[in-house]
Amino acid sequence: MIEVDSLTVRAGDFRIEDVSFEIPTGAYGVLMGKTGCGKTTILEAICGLKHVESGKIILMGEEATTKAAGDRGIGFVPQDGSLFLTKTVRDHFAFGPKVKGWDSERIDERIEELAKSLSVEHLLDRKPHGLSGGERQRVALGRALAFRPKILCLDEPLSALDEDTHGEMIDLIKALVTEEGITALHITHSRREAELIADFQFRIEDGELMAL
Amino acid sequence: MRGAATDRPFLAAMASLAFMYVLLILLMLAADAWYGFTAVTGGQLMEIFAEKSVRSSIILTLFSCTVTAILSIIIAVPTGYLLSRYNFPGKLLIDAILDIPIVLPPLVVGLSLLLLFNNFPPGSTSIETLLNKVGIKVTYNVAGVILAQFSVACAFSVRTMRNTFDQISPRTEQVAQTLGCSRAGAFFSVVIPESWRGISAAGTLAWTRAMGEFGPILVFAGAIPRKTEVLSSTVYLEIATGSLEKAVIVSLMMVTIAIVVLVAVRVWDRGNKLGLYYD
Repeated sequence: MIEVDSLTVRAGDFRIEDVSFEIPTGAYGVLMGKTGCGKTTILEAICGLKHVESGKIILMGEEATTKAAGDRGIGFVPQDGSLFLTKTVRDHFAFGPKVKGWDSERIDERIEELAKSLSVEHLLDRKPHGLSGGERQRVALGRALAFRPKILCLDEPLSALDEDTHGEMIDLIKALVTEEGITALHITHSRREAELIADFQFRIEDGELMAL
Repeated sequence: MRGAATDRPFLAAMASLAFMYVLLILLMLAADAWYGFTAVTGGQLMEIFAEKSVRSSIILTLFSCTVTAILSIIIAVPTGYLLSRYNFPGKLLIDAILDIPIVLPPLVVGLSLLLLFNNFPPGSTSIETLLNKVGIKVTYNVAGVILAQFSVACAFSVRTMRNTFDQISPRTEQVAQTLGCSRAGAFFSVVIPESWRGISAAGTLAWTRAMGEFGPILVFAGAIPRKTEVLSSTVYLEIATGSLEKAVIVSLMMVTIAIVVLVAVRVWDRGNKLGLYYD
């Protein structure tokens, strides 16, 4: 479960105040709003990447407002993928599990499993340079899911994809999230995308968050 | 076709201006080489290389430039990173202070170091005296040569590293943090590998800049043969004593060393897996 209670976050001169919402365990929540309305700021606060001024963030029943980003058990997929330029796709998938101290056999099994689910077996030894937009997002998704997080946060993960790839990725994300029993929060400005993937929809308008 | 035809004068003008500068550099080198080959006899060449002071100045140049480059990277990486990633009170001022060694006349840098180590704080024991008590000698010593080179070269490395970190998105570090890395872990596992080319450029710039440094070394460390004389001071001393032939030979030696260093770093950089972004 992702529970946000009366959250106030400041990002530079921008401030979003008193935001509350809840996504039940295993559900897929989508947060919509115009560019610059504070969607990404809320997502970053949940991921532990932005300082919270007041309010609470509760993740899977535990208060996480002041926890370090790495202790929240969240897989994060940024807008442009933000892949590690010097690392291979295999290194991307191994990154989280290695940091969490998994043994190499378990890491290899997880890499194989993810590569198969994401259909990137042929790309495992490639570096990000030259990968297509869809391939990059698959790698970013695999990197976020590799350490088996309970929560997945996606910041406009499909905004740069063409229509065919967009449809494929929606099916893939939904299937993986359901299969791994993950609670997801996905940010988009596309109503159509939200309708295709969301169990719960929220919208920010004039600084107010409302459930749809 | 119209587009191609209208582009031509623009590209030709750009290329001509670029070529003029390249030509100036090549002509300067050609003039050195021409003078070296026509005016210097084989005997003079042997005489120069046989001189102990010249050999010692080559060794000191290679040693001091390498130490300066390493020290510059050690300081420039964290400084460039902090300036690129954080906003803090006084950042603009610190940014401007870091440019002072770039804009100051080199002789002033040397004079400032001389005063700092020998006349500061006023009316009490100088820094040089305190260091001498623990067996460290800086002014008119090898440490002074390195410090004089470092004072200027490091500023160039800091600029290079700041630009390098500016070009690396902080998002990748944030992703690494969500995957369990501390800030330091994200820095070493994600940022450093991606900034490898910048580090190598900052190191090369510091090295070559240190080799070309002359003013601050002369004022702060002197040009004592077989002690603090580096190749740039050898050139100066040879010109001052009217020995243009020797000055040209040493200059050509410096050009050769600079080219070897630049080529070696590029070859090493190309073969270094850490710095390769591509398959």
